[in-house]
Amino acid sequence: MSIRTGRPGIAEREDVHPDHFERKGMKFGVVRFPGSNCDQDAFHVLRNVLGRKTVWLWHKDHALKDVDCVMLPGGFSYGDYLRPGAIARFSPLMQEVREFARSGGFVIGICNGFQILLELGLVPGAMLRNRKLKFLCGFVHVRVENDETAFTCKARKGQILRMPVAHFDGNYFAPAESYPRIRARQAVFRYCDEKGRLTEAANVNGSMGSIAGIINETGNVLGMMPHPERASETLLGSGDGRVIFESVIQSVESKPAVRARRPSRPAETGPPTGRRT
Amino acid sequence: MIDEKIVRGHGLAPEEYALIAELIGREPNLTELGIFSVMWSEHCGYKSSRFFLRQLPTKGKNVVQGPGENAGIIDIGGGLVIVFKIESHNHPSYIEPYQGAATGVGGILRDIFTMGARPIAVLDSLRFGPLDSPANKAVMEGVVSGISGYGNAIGIPTVGGEIYFHDCYSMNPLVNVFALGLARKDRIFYAKTGGGGHLVLYAGAKTGRDGIHGATMASAEFGKETEHKRPNVQVGDPFKEKLLLEACLEVMDKGLIIGIQDMGAAGLTCATSEMAAKSGTGIEIDLDLVPQRESGMTPYEIMLSESQERMLMVAEEDKVRAVQDIFAKWDLDAVVIGRVTGGGRLKVKNEGEVVVDVPVDAVVNLCPVYEREVRPPAPAAAFSPPSPLPPPPGDCGRALLELLASPTIADKEWVFRQYDHMIQLNTVVRPGADASVLRVKGTKKALAMTLDGNSLYARLEPRAGGKIAVAEACRNLACVGAKAIGATNCLNFGNPEKPEVMWQFKEVIEGMAEACRAFGIPITGGNVSFYNDTEGSSIYPTPVLGIVGLIRDIGRTVTPEFKGDGDIIVLLGENPGELEGSEYLRYRFGREEGPAPGIDLRAERNLQALCLKAIARGLLRSAHDISEGGLAVCLAESSFMSRGWIGCRVTLEEDARTDALLFGEAQSRVIVTVRQRRLKPLLDLAARMKIRAARIGTTGGDEIVIDHKGRRAVRLPVRKAHKSWKQAIPDIFSVKKQEANVE
Repeated sequence: MSIRTGRPGIAEREDVHPDHFERKGMKFGVVRFPGSNCDQDAFHVLRNVLGRKTVWLWHKDHALKDVDCVMLPGGFSYGDYLRPGAIARFSPLMQEVREFARSGGFVIGICNGFQILLELGLVPGAMLRNRKLKFLCGFVHVRVENDETAFTCKARKGQILRMPVAHFDGNYFAPAESYPRIRARQAVFRYCDEKGRLTEAANVNGSMGSIAGIINETGNVLGMMPHPERASETLLGSGDGRVIFESVIQSVESKPAVRARRPSRPAETGPPTGRRT
Repeated sequence: MIDEKIVRGHGLAPEEYALIAELIGREPNLTELGIFSVMWSEHCGYKSSRFFLRQLPTKGKNVVQGPGENAGIIDIGGGLVIVFKIESHNHPSYIEPYQGAATGVGGILRDIFTMGARPIAVLDSLRFGPLDSPANKAVMEGVVSGISGYGNAIGIPTVGGEIYFHDCYSMNPLVNVFALGLARKDRIFYAKTGGGGHLVLYAGAKTGRDGIHGATMASAEFGKETEHKRPNVQVGDPFKEKLLLEACLEVMDKGLIIGIQDMGAAGLTCATSEMAAKSGTGIEIDLDLVPQRESGMTPYEIMLSESQERMLMVAEEDKVRAVQDIFAKWDLDAVVIGRVTGGGRLKVKNEGEVVVDVPVDAVVNLCPVYEREVRPPAPAAAFSPPSPLPPPPGDCGRALLELLASPTIADKEWVFRQYDHMIQLNTVVRPGADASVLRVKGTKKALAMTLDGNSLYARLEPRAGGKIAVAEACRNLACVGAKAIGATNCLNFGNPEKPEVMWQFKEVIEGMAEACRAFGIPITGGNVSFYNDTEGSSIYPTPVLGIVGLIRDIGRTVTPEFKGDGDIIVLLGENPGELEGSEYLRYRFGREEGPAPGIDLRAERNLQALCLKAIARGLLRSAHDISEGGLAVCLAESSFMSRGWIGCRVTLEEDARTDALLFGEAQSRVIVTVRQRRLKPLLDLAARMKIRAARIGTTGGDEIVIDHKGRRAVRLPVRKAHKSWKQAIPDIFSVKKQEANVE
């Protein structure tokens, strides 16, 4: 087991454990922007907890290294002094990420990663400051609204996941004309109380429709404010977030690969599916 | 050109100026005077404190580095070391709360990663004036936002700390920040130059005019003109520091540099002279090469600037390119600004002219050390004549409800939920428990850490205050199953030129030293903050101890909350019912009366050993130390933190006033819960270790019920008590009282 727990304490590096113990399965790429700070956490979980090949993707490069899923981690990219994600979207690598997403590749944006996806226009909407105008860190509950996505196919609809949030700008907003469609078709997670009720108090940051996570119309891009990587080891308080990564793994590994640089897949219509029913 | 007024303006005494002239063999110019003044300030030179600090134990078998470097280092086995330290940022935080606190975090983090360690935890100890004053509220809000803004952005979790409120901090809040990092034992870096010929590199932010004379400011009292000092406060940029952190750790990991020192207090002056002094070399820099944020800066300003997020490194000439490449990758410049020389002199050039040429040793090591006059305060002020204690309240339940709402005791979630306390995926026990616990990835070990210091005890009886600060911190660690392995201290006092203040300082240090020796804990560094006086009045002596403990097996840790119905509640330790020095007397009756609670270090050590053993054997379900607010508050907290708010029924039989038993702060007591079948093994173990262990009740129900000698003292629904505790601080800050559903 020890080999899976990573390098003692210090930092996650690709070159420390050569990939000789994790032969099969998909490959994740974690993007590092200057100011990313949940990058090591995501890397640790994907590689050491879930045992999948994981590589770093550098924001200045143009190489997606043949990954099956791109992870945009949390943090304060470029300091987020202007507006969260507003500068990161211009990073060189984002051209490739955009194309990768358009061609059906899986992309997950967590927290600042979600904010960057919004700025990139890969998912609709925008983020406002939290309702109480304070940074907010703590465990919250979210309800799975759609279990037919590539990111939730191992969860069930209505399932309640306990995960941490840690953000200042997580108050989701969408324009009135697109909101009904987003809520009906694209909302994947909504803030709820421990019993699954969508209360005002449970909507910690004041998000429209209590939306905590959404997918794009083609179902291959997920943005979410809560941190599933912080809820992947029960020692740290919750293992509920793993289901999201396990869903992606199943979606990729049980299907012909949608690798980076593959020709684009026709856009699907109707609710995107990850699970074959 | 330098007259007496200028010398005084630099915080130097005439004798000190004479000594400087003697040491350099001539009158200093203004830049040189500035250099000496910051390096010989109390903040950098420890001139009043050094004499007493020598008494603290600093050695131990796992100590890799004691005081004198950027931070202390302790070996935790497996090729890993921890690097940790606490520092104050009190004065800047009063002048500009947000930036003062933010740069406090930034500064201590640089101390940690300068040594090759990746910071994994921040804790902070805060002291504010009472929150009924809007000014104090504004200071607190600014400080908390500053810590949150900096720590969250750079991505180091703020995992714990403590907050007290008292009048004496109204004009002089305290912000003490502790940081801890993890490093490989074979990759520790020091502030050294290696030897003549190597190149000096400057990396990070450009130098501006901010923070000039910050160290000198922190070494003087505040008067009414404090407002004018705002330009002395630096401005922090956590993004820049994050880049600097990654770049520095990368060059260190690759072994590309010889030595490194951050530019914190006293900036370029301190970094250049200290690095050279520690290696016995000289150093020569050219200010024209120093990256500058604004034009027209004088050598004086460049040398004394305290602009944040800057590092000075020494590298071999052929490695400079590789270092620069790594900094460029992180969008930072690393430029050569000088060279290490053999001569033992600090030489600074500007526009081709030598503007500073002084012996390094004089600047760094020859600062005068004062054995300042020490005088105990007049007896009347030390201990008020014994006046009758106020009568016990008719309704102790009501008193408990009120006490739970005292800001010092009330829930601090409003504060710590503004801090990212979970990033880096190590936080096993979150803020609010006796100590915060972080796992060490890749091992079974975990680290526990806590900050403690009760200034009322130190005010009433400084020596006891010093002892109790150490004892309580270690007890907090023992309650989570961690054995204390090292300590750092932050000593916040008034003006050391007042003999009474110096007496408090001496007493506190002696108490602390005695306790550290009794528990076998080395102090590996720390910080002294004097001149915490505003308009002539000093703060209470406030020693803050940051102690780190090691848990060998993360599977064997215990938390303070009740775990289920029907567990047996056991009180470990004597229960004498002392009211002196308690928050109850202070908050309810406005009385601050001595002496401080008694402390027997031997009993304390046995109690901690018992906790550790019981936890290692898996006997305990919960453990919570009794501190401010006494036994009743301790029970209530264990209930509030439990899942589903588990109540308790407790019966006390001691002969003492009921309120003293409930709210008194007698030391060396821990409340634990055990399953029925573990009770006997626990009581047997306690008997063998000569610690009193009394079964006092059981958990369960939805009320907190406490009886004393057959009479009901407290009966409160947990829900109601919880509301009082939980809402006290949010209500103070909130216009609209709404409760979010965040745990």
